[in-house]
Amino acid sequence: MTSSLLPVALGNYIALSAVLFFMGVVGVIVRRNPLVMLMSIELMFNAANLLFMAFARAWMNNAGHIFAFLVITVAAAEAAIGLAIVVAVFRTAKHVDVDDVAMLKG
Amino acid sequence: MIAFWVLGVILIASAMWTITAKKPVYSVVGLLAHFVALAAMYLTLSGEFLAVMQIIVYSGAILVLFLFVIALLSSGVAPFATGINRLPKIAAPAIVVALAGLGFAIYAVGRSSVTATSGALTAAAAGPVGTAGVFGSVDDFGKALFTTYLLPFEVTALILMVAVIGVVMLAGDSTPYAATEKQARAVRKNMREAIVRGGER
Repeated sequence: MTSSLLPVALGNYIALSAVLFFMGVVGVIVRRNPLVMLMSIELMFNAANLLFMAFARAWMNNAGHIFAFLVITVAAAEAAIGLAIVVAVFRTAKHVDVDDVAMLKG
Repeated sequence: MIAFWVLGVILIASAMWTITAKKPVYSVVGLLAHFVALAAMYLTLSGEFLAVMQIIVYSGAILVLFLFVIALLSSGVAPFATGINRLPKIAAPAIVVALAGLGFAIYAVGRSSVTATSGALTAAAAGPVGTAGVFGSVDDFGKALFTTYLLPFEVTALILMVAVIGVVMLAGDSTPYAATEKQARAVRKNMREAIVRGGER
């Protein structure tokens, strides 16, 4: 059931978004470089944003646009905090590896 | 229609490049391609303001932040583990197959049951990108943001302020003032030793 409003059926957007989201998940799981892990988190944010945009277009409701805007803002804050943590870890350890940062493990 | 498939291939390829590149700088380049393609995808969904925001905030601010940190940390030393080294090699094809299956499953489900009704929930109508007053334009978006969704917008300002304060607390230079470089080095050494002692206790 193709919507006349969308360029392609909504299911295509859902599938693409799911694939991109799980590529982000795989990036976080597989990589040990904290910067690439943060980038993978950005991939997940953007997959969710794509879905917001697709549904906003499908229902012609710009609440999805607002939510995507808020997600972008939160992603910016998250990137800033994450990179600050990376810098702080680097100052003490000189080698940033997420498996070695176990100081707070107890 | 064609734009969706072309951009979808670019999105998946650039995401794959991002998570598999050996050096973080290459990951940033892949992410840049990803964000630009995503902005183009937003344009096909008549989200013109969000497309511009995507370019400005992600490509202009967040990626530059990543590049700054990479440049800052990579001066003279190699601080990062490179490449994929957490899972055994069999994991990569398994993940690819799982992703393909997942995508196909969701594609099938989405095609069969998810339908979009064109309920006129907003006053704006669909129209060509770049026209004022139609769905997704700056006009439409701005009116919604500053009337219906004013409170979330203000909360966003609070979130950003908390983030800025947190970054200054985490990464800000708290070294006391030292007149000479020798004194400064001694102060830094003492602080580092104190941090290490605190961590081991």
